[in-house]
Amino acid sequence: MTSTEHAVAVPRQRRTRASRIKTALKKAPFSAWFGIVVILGYVFVALLAPWIAPYGETQVFTEAFAPWSQEFIVGTDQLGRDVLTRLIYGARNTIGIAFATTLLSFAVGVTLGLLAAMYRGWLDQILSRAVDVLMSIPSLIFALMLLSIFGSSVTSLILIIALLDSTRVFRLARAVGLNVAVMEYVEAAQLRGEGPRWILTKEILPNVLPPLIAEFGLRFCFVFLTIAALSFLGVGIQPPTADWGSMVRENATLITYGDITPLLPAGAIALLTVSVNFVVDWFLHATSGLRDEK
Amino acid sequence: MNPVVRTVLQRLGLGLITLFIVTIIIFSAIAMLPGDFAKAMLGQSATPETVAAFQREIGIDRPPVERYFAWVGQIVQGDFGSSFASRTGYRRTVAEIIAPRLYNTMFLAVMTALIAVPLALGLGILAALYRNSWFDRVVNTVTLTTISFPEFFVAYMLAYLIISRDTFIGTEFAQSLPEWLAASINWVLNLVPKFPTLANISDRTPFWEHVWRAALPSITLTLVIVAHMMRMTRVAIINMLASPYIDMARLKGMSPMAIVLRHALPNAWAPIVTVIAFNLAYLIVGVVVVEVVFVYPGIGQLMVDAVKSRDVPVVQACALIFAATYILLNLTADIISIATNPRLLHPR
Repeated sequence: MTSTEHAVAVPRQRRTRASRIKTALKKAPFSAWFGIVVILGYVFVALLAPWIAPYGETQVFTEAFAPWSQEFIVGTDQLGRDVLTRLIYGARNTIGIAFATTLLSFAVGVTLGLLAAMYRGWLDQILSRAVDVLMSIPSLIFALMLLSIFGSSVTSLILIIALLDSTRVFRLARAVGLNVAVMEYVEAAQLRGEGPRWILTKEILPNVLPPLIAEFGLRFCFVFLTIAALSFLGVGIQPPTADWGSMVRENATLITYGDITPLLPAGAIALLTVSVNFVVDWFLHATSGLRDEK
Repeated sequence: MNPVVRTVLQRLGLGLITLFIVTIIIFSAIAMLPGDFAKAMLGQSATPETVAAFQREIGIDRPPVERYFAWVGQIVQGDFGSSFASRTGYRRTVAEIIAPRLYNTMFLAVMTALIAVPLALGLGILAALYRNSWFDRVVNTVTLTTISFPEFFVAYMLAYLIISRDTFIGTEFAQSLPEWLAASINWVLNLVPKFPTLANISDRTPFWEHVWRAALPSITLTLVIVAHMMRMTRVAIINMLASPYIDMARLKGMSPMAIVLRHALPNAWAPIVTVIAFNLAYLIVGVVVVEVVFVYPGIGQLMVDAVKSRDVPVVQACALIFAATYILLNLTADIISIATNPRLLHPR
């Protein structure tokens, strides 16, 4: 090796995706770390519920509203079921249903939104006006009305909330899609003779992904809170399925005796939404390059 | 014609059309009922005659268009039909069920708005004035957290706080603390007014008693909606403060408060009003949950009960009231933001 070779600047290698994620994580603020850890914890509990839970989901013991003890760490509920077990299974049911709903609402919303952005014209007009009308009724009220017609079951719950929520996804997907659909590379792909499916999935979708991912987090929170609220009102997830919203309602009377058991499921809901919000906040910061208004 | 008037008229027309379509959707709720609904409502022992009578009662035997116009015509006259809870010879009209509850809900909503809106504006302006100070940071963190809390969590936390006013000193936790600490926590808890945790209200409740009993639901709702309004006020004003004409005012030597009130606020009204209307509209959703938590006899609780018993006419009436309020609020926001900001008249 001679010294002249050293002088030649070696082009820095493009960082791989993994290393970019690593550096981004290193710079993440405390709140984002907190959020990520909490979310991973929830996912872990949700996936491994049957192995972690001390008792069965619907296993009934003799004493209802038992106090906190060695046997029942946070007591039992109104039918004598272990609250800790119900909390653990609740993670699985509540988060699982909310996640499925959000996925469905994104599948519908993003597809229709990008199609509207791509074709514009009458398709866009019809879809946009339909969404305007759907959005002019508060979604909780709309959901309550639809549930009174179709009855409360997990399937109808998922379908109804997903439909109502996809309106907001549609608006965002259409708005960001419109910006991308007029780009030269989309036109180039069209001239090259690519089909609409290719253009949608290979040209437009990758370029609208970051705002959609952030929206996914926010939508998940919203769906999760809506389902929890409906279950709390007694028209969402039905017993004996364990879920946090109905657990709050079932044990609510305890609070008048100064027992904090009903606050546990409510707190579990609050903690998860706060964590997701923290992560989304950081993600938006990291991907948009925006800084706080100074 | 004056362009402001024209735009306002356009918005009004659009609002009416939306309302019309919404009534169609809500009306079709009854048409979408599954075929065996009558049987499910009347029970297994229902004879074919009673089922047929029930179907005639809800009007499934007539063409939908005719029924729709009959329905709208009745609603315009304040007749929402009769509840499924009616029995033969004992008709319960939806209107008579709803009227007292609608008053209670309006009472709660107005009371909350009167507390929340000035509070949010005040906090937002202060946070914008002293941005990046500790005050700003604390307010920001607290509001970001309360935004993500479900209403019933906030509600039960408050209820717990009030209950622990009496029970705290007896808990194991308090006894494990040093005596002076437990005593001082107890002293602080006793500063909390003893609001009733159940809002028992009848139509004979006197006005101030009503306010007192509705205090806890109202505070819960305030906490839920103040956060968003305050954050938007802060951002709107900070954006305004970055404009050159604000620098000009500053160079003239005006005080920061005067700049915000005289120069920034008038131009920030449009976004702020939109957010206020949006949050008041959100209030009518939050009202449903909060009324159930505090057993406040309002229209939200009525709707939930009606959904459970599948009393569709009551659900329809409640949904219509909620939706109409929502549309009206958004419309008002649109019109106010047009009227206060002429620049909106010339969209790019």
